[in-house]
Amino acid sequence: MRLGLGRLDALRGRTGAHRRADGPAPEAEEGPWGPPPVIEVRALLKTYGHGDATVRALGGPPDPLTGASPGVDLLVEQGDLIAVMGSSGSGKSTLMNILGCLDVPTSGRYLLDGIDVGGLDEHQLSLVRNRKIGFVFQSFNLVPRTPALAQVELPLAYAGVKSAERRRRALAALELVGLADRVDHRPNELSGGQQQRVAVARALVTAPAMLLADEPTGNLDSHSTEEVLSIVDRLNASGRTVVLITHEDEVARHAKRVVRLVDGQVVSDVRQAPVDGPPPALRDPALFRAAAPQALTGGAL
Amino acid sequence: MNPFETLRFAVGGLAANKVRSALTMLGVLIGVAAVIILLAVGNGSSQSVKDSIEKLGTNSLTISSGGGFGGGRGASSTSTKPLTVDDARALADPSSAPHVKSVAPEVTTSQTAIYDGTSHTVGQVVGTYPAYFEASNSKVDKGDYFSADDVLNSRKVAVIGSTTATDLFGTVSPVGKKIDIGGTPFTVVGVLATKGGTGFQDPDDTVVAPLPTVQNAFTGFGSISQILVEATSADATTPAQNEITTVLMGTHGLKDPSALDFRVSSQESLLSTQSDTNKTFTVLLGAVAAISLLVGGIGITNIMLVTVTERTREIGIRKAIGAPRGVILGQFLAESTLLSLIGGGLGVVAGLIGSHFRIVGIKPVVIPESVWGAFAVAVAIGLFFGGYPANRAASLRPIEALRHE
Repeated sequence: MRLGLGRLDALRGRTGAHRRADGPAPEAEEGPWGPPPVIEVRALLKTYGHGDATVRALGGPPDPLTGASPGVDLLVEQGDLIAVMGSSGSGKSTLMNILGCLDVPTSGRYLLDGIDVGGLDEHQLSLVRNRKIGFVFQSFNLVPRTPALAQVELPLAYAGVKSAERRRRALAALELVGLADRVDHRPNELSGGQQQRVAVARALVTAPAMLLADEPTGNLDSHSTEEVLSIVDRLNASGRTVVLITHEDEVARHAKRVVRLVDGQVVSDVRQAPVDGPPPALRDPALFRAAAPQALTGGAL
Repeated sequence: MNPFETLRFAVGGLAANKVRSALTMLGVLIGVAAVIILLAVGNGSSQSVKDSIEKLGTNSLTISSGGGFGGGRGASSTSTKPLTVDDARALADPSSAPHVKSVAPEVTTSQTAIYDGTSHTVGQVVGTYPAYFEASNSKVDKGDYFSADDVLNSRKVAVIGSTTATDLFGTVSPVGKKIDIGGTPFTVVGVLATKGGTGFQDPDDTVVAPLPTVQNAFTGFGSISQILVEATSADATTPAQNEITTVLMGTHGLKDPSALDFRVSSQESLLSTQSDTNKTFTVLLGAVAAISLLVGGIGITNIMLVTVTERTREIGIRKAIGAPRGVILGQFLAESTLLSLIGGGLGVVAGLIGSHFRIVGIKPVVIPESVWGAFAVAVAIGLFFGGYPANRAASLRPIEALRHE
């Protein structure tokens, strides 16, 4: 696979440890922030429709004086575990689609791992989705009639990885989520929790810059929820950047940082644990288990 | 993504809807098989016409009246002299036409024959000489031919064709019976063996009688319809043709060999006329078959569109995990091509098996080019008609595809 733009060559062969942005914009911020952020969003705005019928999905209401919307600003550092919270209609799904390069913002800038996503064409976007982002959806979104192993191999196949290498990495990813004994099972032969773990394995098999999970536990029972979240905790502890989109406090407890969206605007941004270090659930497992979810709600807000 | 993987995905996609895939393939199968079989039938019928003309005898020549290609020269050409019995006598002279073995002048008419209250319209009542039987390759099955003596004495005897015999007499043996043809009583002396044929006219619906008898009873003693000449051998038809032309130019008083008022045609020229007719027939059959192949192709488009709609979500998932446009395009194109490939392959098998059977009395003869052609067109149709749905799948936006239920 060839890349059209020179700066996209950075997509290849770059490991998570050493990031150096080629573009001019992130360069300016490198000093105080250390390594460049995985996600850098500036004045992001997403509207649907025109004129009076315009619906602002993201970016908040327009300023009554200037008519301009403030937009959404967000910086996610490498190694962070961030939860984006908000009720339905708050714009969190829109934000997730834009962050996942599935949708394009109406205005604003989005730098993913130092790459300005706004200027990429269709083919380059598919490469970005393949190499930089690992998706986990609420409805699992596994490819039907495909065994777990082939499922996990799929992103690698699209990336052009050789068969043997692909198999090795897919097996490793499945082992990581504890499904090494289910490699030949099709989605309809797996429980919801197992399906979501396959999805997590598929998301992380390409070693993406970030794991983007949209309500990953929304369709799961409490036991499966715990399983999936503990995998997320472990992944983050090993350095993977994770963005969780959720409306459940129980899920948000696991995050190092919680961002709340209301009407397309960030209303609160709370850090629960430092970026460098294990996520809350692994810092003090006993204390974490003892703390009731309600306590978090009360304390954080 | 290597081609093998694309193919594997395509097989998986087809296997997911076995009945649907099988029915779509059936459309292509029928199209390809129809092309092969119908072209084979057309080819077979022209082969059988060729055979039946060859059965008539390849060393016989037919002389008929009228300038063969004189349409444009009408003004300058001399008036047409009809063929006469004298022309036939001149041709029978071995010194001027050494390559002519026998000569049989013919008059032809159509009459109604009646026997014991049964009436039958005979397609061809021929008045001729006994040499006619050999020259036209007509053999008597029952009874005997009429003789030169019968001709000289204008006896009212007739040899009838097998169809005429069955229609008039049923199972009774006609030999020795008296039939009434156009008001004149004839004694049947023989029945010809069945020739069979595929032309517009049944060659077995005929009555052959001595020339003067027929002239006396029906046509009068003026001109004759045509002269049947048998050359000494199949190789002698060309020199015989030249001799006939020379002799008849003499008897008709013609000088210009390009403005003849008669035409000498060999079976070869008859053959080419027949094969022209058959070519038209074959092309028509082929066109019908090609349309059914096209319909099969549209079936592929239809089913691939359904598949794309049905798998919109799956396409969305694949795109979300980084499938480039080309891979999606390739996958759906591979599926449609596979449909047409398998359908076409089975169609070839069905066509080859089908052409082993007789179809409306014709033994089909497979044209090898039609097999390759039909198969190649089927595969090309799969690619072409699969292109639209595949392109539609590839250009789906991932966000919309994922939201699709």
